[in-house]
Amino acid sequence: MIKHKNFLFVGVGGQGVLTASDIAAQVGLDLGLDAKKSEVHGFSQRGGVVESHIRWAPRVGSPTCEKGTVDVLLAFELLEAARWIDWLKPGGDIIVNRQQITPMSVNLGQANYPDAEALLAALEKRAGRVIPVEALPLAEKAGNVRTINTVLLATLSALLETDPQLWENAILRRVPKRYAEVNKVAFKLGQAAAKK
Amino acid sequence: MKKLLSGNEAIALGAWEAGVQYASAYPGTPSTEILENFALYPGIKAEWASNEKVALDNAIGASFGGARTIAVMKHVGVNVAADSLMSLSYTGVKGGLVLVSADDPGAFSSQNEQDNRQYARFGKFPCLDPADSEDARRFMATALEVSERSQTPVLLRSTTRLSHSKSVVEFTEPQAREFQPLPKFEREGEVTRVIIPAIARRRHPEIEQRLQAVAEWAESAAINRLEWGDKRIGVLSTGIAYQYVREIFAGYSILKLGMSYPLPLDKIRAFATEVEELIVVEELDPFIEDQLRAAGIKVAHGKDIFPLCGELTLAKVRAGAIQAGVPVEPLPGKVAPLAELAIPSRPPALCPSCPHRAFFYNMARQKRHAMIAGDIGCYSMGVMEPYKSMDMLISMGASIGMAHGFKQAGGQESAVATIGDSTFFHSGLSPLAAAVYNHVNITVAVLDNRITAMTGQQENPGTGITLQGEAGREIDIAEVVRAMGVTFVEEVDAWDVAAVAKTLKAAMQHQDGPAVMVVRGACIFTPHFKPQASLQVDPEKCIACGVCFKVGCPAILKSERIYEKTGKQQTKIDPLLCTGCTVCQQVCPVGAIERGSE
Repeated sequence: MIKHKNFLFVGVGGQGVLTASDIAAQVGLDLGLDAKKSEVHGFSQRGGVVESHIRWAPRVGSPTCEKGTVDVLLAFELLEAARWIDWLKPGGDIIVNRQQITPMSVNLGQANYPDAEALLAALEKRAGRVIPVEALPLAEKAGNVRTINTVLLATLSALLETDPQLWENAILRRVPKRYAEVNKVAFKLGQAAAKK
Repeated sequence: MKKLLSGNEAIALGAWEAGVQYASAYPGTPSTEILENFALYPGIKAEWASNEKVALDNAIGASFGGARTIAVMKHVGVNVAADSLMSLSYTGVKGGLVLVSADDPGAFSSQNEQDNRQYARFGKFPCLDPADSEDARRFMATALEVSERSQTPVLLRSTTRLSHSKSVVEFTEPQAREFQPLPKFEREGEVTRVIIPAIARRRHPEIEQRLQAVAEWAESAAINRLEWGDKRIGVLSTGIAYQYVREIFAGYSILKLGMSYPLPLDKIRAFATEVEELIVVEELDPFIEDQLRAAGIKVAHGKDIFPLCGELTLAKVRAGAIQAGVPVEPLPGKVAPLAELAIPSRPPALCPSCPHRAFFYNMARQKRHAMIAGDIGCYSMGVMEPYKSMDMLISMGASIGMAHGFKQAGGQESAVATIGDSTFFHSGLSPLAAAVYNHVNITVAVLDNRITAMTGQQENPGTGITLQGEAGREIDIAEVVRAMGVTFVEEVDAWDVAAVAKTLKAAMQHQDGPAVMVVRGACIFTPHFKPQASLQVDPEKCIACGVCFKVGCPAILKSERIYEKTGKQQTKIDPLLCTGCTVCQQVCPVGAIERGSE
């Protein structure tokens, strides 16, 4: 039985991080816990970094996690996993979408995007489990690139060993009806990704 | 029903439940979603005003007519409304009037992090401080009751963290409600609503008494809540800071204040004598702490151990508690930041196909001849790489006045003001009148993207669609400007690089008062924007000159392919991001960018 969980979802504006975090908070309630979530939007919508905190507990106080207490870091983009790694608690897990979105500083030649394998190795050194997910190709395979967040939530549901039906239902309540089928497919693909 | 609501959604719900009939606001992060949500309820009228003072004035009229009403704005918006606000305290209210101020500790999307609780003391009216969404909903009803009972405006203060966090709210499903016309307007015997000097002098002692009465009510009000625990430490907190206190000071005694002004000083004094040490935890200013010290209540710790600047967090409250010698549960350990690889920063950027891009690309080419005064909106990003084309920016509508002052003080360069459509209607009209009147040679570039973009695409007088989705009257910026006596008025297609360049140059050379160019192109998040097939780079033609990077588009990337003559990386375009605006195609000197096959 899960009692306390802190999640940090990070990514880039436009990736669906905020919708995913809404769903994760709702699942906390559906598990019979209290839940809160917190995010910062505004400027960050414009291709900047997006962070969203989700907390589950019998009674949640702060809507934000504390650095060093995150049970699962779910990164929608590889570089963002690296940026937020120190929010993880020792032994905490990472689900990371292998997708790379180059920041403007890299486009303009002022910085380099670090090597993907070196990034993953650095994450491995610091975390309990690191689960890389090819969320973009899987979402494409499901039939819509916007189902990245469903793929990743499915992976999270499998990592937590929670009832997948709770997650799938929470997702389907949230997405428009005409996208129900692609999201169901995306969910299956995301669950399978956790088992590799 | 039990639902996760954001603080903003809960404020809207609370207002509707408490019978608010009319609401007015100007959008501003983190307040915007309050009116967007309120507008969806039945039996009410909700509007976008052209600025925050107009929003408050609208609410004042509604209140004097007898309606319950709210005016909603971000913290710096209260500065705009302050002229009316300070005297509204003197006139008092009839229907309950609550001013919702959404503050931004941490300045996540603001120009400062002012603490608007100070307005309550300055203006002599109460300030309520909810700590979660359920508080936000309930406090709205309390605020309206206090407002009507004491005939005072009431400030309901949210913060970014409250407004944009979701927590559980329990409520009954809203039912249908009919809009109620106001009763026939009764002209009152006394004219306290007409605040001429004689009335103001008479009202001042009355509002001091009113404040006293609210303070007495606060002594027993349910919104100020005692949570007894270990009495070696007593913590006094308010707003979102209370949530951090509840976790870090778990087990100790807590006095949660739902109202930071006026304070229940007797209740606090009694709490202080019961506990061994009184600690005050509040975000930003020592607003409560100063009041306690002035009242002679001994405060062991406050701003000596908790930061004065920035948003509070669990970590900051923990660090303060440890500094105070309070035994707190330690953290399990740390995970080292990723220092062995350099992590590039990811600043926000103008979106692919953003209608501001061609203007700032051109502005950057002209900037050696110009001083550029900016304004509040997405186009504030003109200050960033690769444009670096903004020299000053301070507040809504200030660009035109700053350009004017720079020029009149003897500035030798062309003075250019850049201002958005919504900002122009907010507070660009009066400085433009001053510039026309004083015959000042400045260039005003109205970057008209047909929406209030940065706050999340709200309608405004330039779009002519109201908050509740009705067709209002669209105001034509060029026509307004012509009517004001501007002799150079040109509209230009926002994505036509050469046309923008030509118009900008001509405007900067205009010597007959202000020159206004209206750069028109719809924000990509509006239905007016029509995405086109993505563009692609022909590697046979690309000479890796890098000119296309100067348009600063997130879709333009360095390619793995090398241009052999120089050994430099060629360009490629991300087909998932590109929506085909052609700005990069227009600046490419060798015609290497072409429409993709789609």
